[in-house]
Amino acid sequence: MTFEYSSAPESKAIVTIDPVYKLFIGGKFVAPKSGKTFTTINPATEEVLAKIAYAEKSDIDKAVKAAQEGLKIWSKMAPSERGKYLYRIARIMQERAREFAVLETMDNGKPIRETRDIDIPLSAAHFFYHAGWADKLEHAGVGENPKPYGVVGQIIPWNFPLLMLAWKVAPALATGNTVVLKPAETTPLTALLFAQVCQQAELPAGVVNIVTGDGATGAAIVNHPGINKIAFTGSTDVGKLIARSVAGTGKGLTLELGGKGANIVFEDAPIDETVEGIINGIFFNQGHVCCAGSRLLVQENIQDELLEKLKRRMSQIRLGDPLDKNTDIGAINSREQLEKITELALSGDAEGAERFSASCAIPAKGFWYPPTFFTGVTQAHRIAREEIFGPVLSVISFRTPQEAIEKANNTPFGLSAGVWTDKGSRILWTAKHLKAGVIWANTFNKFDPASPFGGYKESGWGREGGRHGLAAYLKGAK
Amino acid sequence: MVTTASALTDGSLASIKGFLKTLSPVDQVGADARAAMLATRSIKTASKKWAIDMAISMIDLTTLEGSDTDGKVKAICNKAIRPDPTDPTVPHVGAICVYNDMVATARKHLDESGGHDIPVAAVSTAFPSGRASLEVKERDTKDAIADGATEIDMVIDRGAFLSGDLEKVYSEIVYIKSLCGDKAHLKVILETGELVTYDNVRKASFLAMAAGADFIKTSTGKVAPAATAPVVLVMLEAVRDFYQMTGVRIGVKPAGGIRTTKDAIKQLVLVKETAGDEWLNPELFRIGASALLNDLLMQRQKLTSGHYGGPNYVTLD
Repeated sequence: MTFEYSSAPESKAIVTIDPVYKLFIGGKFVAPKSGKTFTTINPATEEVLAKIAYAEKSDIDKAVKAAQEGLKIWSKMAPSERGKYLYRIARIMQERAREFAVLETMDNGKPIRETRDIDIPLSAAHFFYHAGWADKLEHAGVGENPKPYGVVGQIIPWNFPLLMLAWKVAPALATGNTVVLKPAETTPLTALLFAQVCQQAELPAGVVNIVTGDGATGAAIVNHPGINKIAFTGSTDVGKLIARSVAGTGKGLTLELGGKGANIVFEDAPIDETVEGIINGIFFNQGHVCCAGSRLLVQENIQDELLEKLKRRMSQIRLGDPLDKNTDIGAINSREQLEKITELALSGDAEGAERFSASCAIPAKGFWYPPTFFTGVTQAHRIAREEIFGPVLSVISFRTPQEAIEKANNTPFGLSAGVWTDKGSRILWTAKHLKAGVIWANTFNKFDPASPFGGYKESGWGREGGRHGLAAYLKGAK
Repeated sequence: MVTTASALTDGSLASIKGFLKTLSPVDQVGADARAAMLATRSIKTASKKWAIDMAISMIDLTTLEGSDTDGKVKAICNKAIRPDPTDPTVPHVGAICVYNDMVATARKHLDESGGHDIPVAAVSTAFPSGRASLEVKERDTKDAIADGATEIDMVIDRGAFLSGDLEKVYSEIVYIKSLCGDKAHLKVILETGELVTYDNVRKASFLAMAAGADFIKTSTGKVAPAATAPVVLVMLEAVRDFYQMTGVRIGVKPAGGIRTTKDAIKQLVLVKETAGDEWLNPELFRIGASALLNDLLMQRQKLTSGHYGGPNYVTLD
């Protein structure tokens, strides 16, 4: 007999999922005017979790009006009092962390190890961090008398549902704005649980409004004349649409879009830790990460050794029930996303790249994709240029540091990059020449609320987190 | 490419240095993070039961005290043979580990009490500091083997390692290995708490393996920190890589600080997910411990009976 891990599922008993969810407007849960709903499913089992209210233009009108009312209270409140509310929200999120983690895993498909250890603690950390800023904004180095925009429309993606909410809501509230937030269509549940937390924290009505729906709902927010600023995280295509819509309206805009991050491995890299970093860079959250290290640039003289180690390590990745505490890689978030990943990976085959996939058993139900990498990839391959947003890595070799930089920067994106070397001077030289908003040295996918996050080129405008992130929510901030 | 261990270096300083230079560095932050992640594995029910029995069979049940007496050594020998007198399904431990002068007592008592197949390991070469002449270390080792030790736990000369005299470290291991011949297995104690950096741990591991170690062992148990998870991780990576180079599997023995079932199971997870399932047996993985055994037995009783019996239901020896 060998050492097999028995199943160790986290209990679902801690969460209560209502059969139908309404919109959260003006501090109350209200039915949408049309009465329309859509469903959200568990992507690991395809079971329907709940019916969700579908917000249309008239509902957005109502939410914006509530946010404007909320602004009257929120913007006049002493900043230290605003900070107290944020601290209270942060503490409640910590107290209810397990509930959030289980719900996030069920609605999104990501493993409980990640929601428990990363998504939820980081979400709370964003509220704690920004709570501290609320009464210190004039010392943030963004101008002497910074003022909020007013009502902020926020549209967030499905890959880190609660964390992206925290990235958006915490700085907006700390800086005195009120928000109308739309979670992604496939992952609304933790945002709606967060609405309950707002009630529990007795946050003044209208400060946070959460409206659920699809792209049309998002468009109604973007085009609403009562909204003063838009903050969007999602695909570059939608980001471009939003930029066009907002142009000339005077609305503020921050965009956090796609990426095709280069993870650059030099010959003197600490190889075992590098393998872990590559795994974490591309297979963390099933590769549904805008800053994923989806291009592995490896110095040609260590490519064979590195890939041997990577294959061995990938064979140990545990794919399956996201609620099992030993699961490393969970379900793809939706059938649509799975189709997109499959299509792009097939283009890799068709264009002559060589595929390696870990031999994970794929569950019968749900949406899954095995951890995969392609070798023989050149800059001309689609899988080297387009964002796959799944657990698929493109391996590209280089010979000199200059060549690594050229290839790394040869992309329309510029969100993240990684550098692996034992040599400090090489880290600094490489980072200086990379055009990417976040560069990790000998690590990958590390996040902290104090650290600004955002992209160059088609990866977005503006920064989230840190002092730079505060500036994005303050009018006329320098 | 598979090569023989003796071909890795000819033992000259230049050759040893050249060989160690080919090794990849270790990033401390990354190694710590990997060990911490593996510590979150949740081992329950059937897998826990398997792990507890495997851990028991891997224990080098140890007493290394100035106050050791014949009576004490006999007591732990009995414990080694029948860890839980109320339950014959409990496996015996991997070995008994004692000071040199206790080897004969342990061997005799084991043989007389039905413990023929339990080896006796002796800590030798001026354990724990290793500060003695090679003649003294030679005599120490020969005595242990003559008294019936079939496993020799030697210490490396940490002073020599840290001062760069790698030739001395290497040649001592080669020499002690030659004394062991086919009569005893050689475990080489790196004393990782004194080597401090993971780069040093990796280098010392390869140095010991190239010199002929059958096992590499973390610590004497007399220096803290001892068998921390990242150090064991780095050593498991070393034996895995050495196997890739030479086709030879070297064992790993963490010792010191592993006191609870949880600690022991974390070690087995490290083994499984680093070196692989091939290392999950007492031939290639041992745990140097004393208090650990009783905690494993209590957890085993809990799994079997459904409730904790408490410390008075396991024997104190």
